[in-house]
Amino acid sequence: MTRKIRVVHYLNQFFGQIGGEDKAGMHPMDKAGHVGPGMAFAAALKDEAEIVGTVICGDTYFGENMEKATKEILDLIVKYEPDLVIAGPAFNAGRYGSACGAVCAAVAEKLQIPVVTGMYPENPGVDMFRKHIHIVETSDSAAGMRQAVPRMAKLALKLAKGEPTDAAADGYLTRGIRKNYFAEERGSARAVEMLVRKLGDREFVTEYPMPQFDRVDPNPAIRDMSKARIALVTSGGIVPKGNPDHIESSSASKYGKYDLEGIDSLTAASHQTAHGGYDPVYANDNPNRVLPVDVMRDLEREGVIGKLHRYYYATVGNGTSVANAKKYAAAIAKELVEAEVQGVILTST
Amino acid sequence: MVKEIERAGIPVVHMCTVVPISLTVGANRIVPTVAIPHPLGNPALAPDEEKQLRRRLVQRALAALQTEVEGQVVFEK
Repeated sequence: MTRKIRVVHYLNQFFGQIGGEDKAGMHPMDKAGHVGPGMAFAAALKDEAEIVGTVICGDTYFGENMEKATKEILDLIVKYEPDLVIAGPAFNAGRYGSACGAVCAAVAEKLQIPVVTGMYPENPGVDMFRKHIHIVETSDSAAGMRQAVPRMAKLALKLAKGEPTDAAADGYLTRGIRKNYFAEERGSARAVEMLVRKLGDREFVTEYPMPQFDRVDPNPAIRDMSKARIALVTSGGIVPKGNPDHIESSSASKYGKYDLEGIDSLTAASHQTAHGGYDPVYANDNPNRVLPVDVMRDLEREGVIGKLHRYYYATVGNGTSVANAKKYAAAIAKELVEAEVQGVILTST
Repeated sequence: MVKEIERAGIPVVHMCTVVPISLTVGANRIVPTVAIPHPLGNPALAPDEEKQLRRRLVQRALAALQTEVEGQVVFEK
C-alpha cells in the first residue's frame, strides 16, 4: 500500500466531547485528527487507514435544519479529501442516527466514496437510510461501543478496498439489494427442502424476505370540532412537578396519566419535563411549550373544541424501545376510546 | 405511539419538529413545529406573541383533524 486511506469521522456534540443537551444546538465544526470514539476507530483501522479529521455537529441543530446542516457538514468533510467516511455509531439515538444516515447518504452521493455508520435496528435513521448506505447493527446504547467499533472499521476497510461484502457476515443491516449467484441446488429443490422444514416445524431461512410494512390507515376526520372531546398525549416527558411516577429520563419503563381538572395553564411551578434527550430549560420554564394546555383551555372556552379531555398522558420518548412505545400507546388508546375521546394531539420533542 | 392511537380508531395529529422521523414512524396527519426543545413555543418571543404562535399551531392541528386524508399529509399551513 502506497498511502493510508484517509478517513473523516462524523460525531454529535456528545461523542465529540463538546457537551450534553445544552450544547445540542451547536453548528457544525471540524477538528484535525480523531476525537472521542475516533481513538478506538484509529486503533481498529490499524496501519491501513488514518482519521485525518472529525466533523462534529449538535443533534438538535441537525434535526431542526437537516438540509442546511447536511450541506455545511459536507463542506467541512470535503476539505479533508477523504477516501472514506465513518459516522457514529449512533446506537438508538434518533436525532443522531438521522444525522449519521443523512451525512453518509450525502457523502456517498456527492463524493462517491464509501461510507459506514452504526445503529440499533429500531433507530429511525435505519428505515430512512438503510437502502442508501451500509449501517452496521449495534446495541441500543453506548455500552455496545466496544463491539460496534471493530465491526464498523472492518466493513469500512473492505468497502474502501473494494472487497465484496455480505450483510450477514459483515454485520450490517440488509439494504434490499438483490445479488445474483450460482447456487448448488436448483430452485425447485431448495423450495421443496424449505417446505419440508416448514411443515416439520423446523427452522428455515427464506431467500426472499418480505418487507414489513406497518402502516395504519388514517381515520375519518372529525365532523364537528365544537362538540369533540380532544385529548393531549406527549412523548416529551411533561409531568407534574417532582415527577411523581418517576418516569425515567431515557428508556422509559412506563407512562403517566395526569389530571388536568381545574388547571388553566401549565407553569414552572406545577409541571416540568422528565425527558433527558433535549435541553429541558425551555420546557421547565413554560411546559405549555411542549403540552399546549393554555391554548387548549382558551379554545375550549371559546367553543372551538367541545372539551379538553380531563386527563393527559405522557411518557419519555428517548431511547424508548418501539415495543414499549407501542405497548404504552395501545394502553393509552384503549382508555381514550373508553372515554369517548374523538381526537388526539400528540406532541413530540 | 401515533400509530397505536390511530389503530384504535381515533384520528390523531402528530405535532413534531423532525418531520422525516414522523413520516418514517408512520404518522398520517403531521404538523411541523418550531424546535426540538420547544415544539410549541419560542422563548425569543414576548409571552403574548409566543402564545399566539402556539395557538396558530394548535389551530392547524385541529384543522388537520378536520381534514380527510388518504395516506400521510404534512400540514405546512
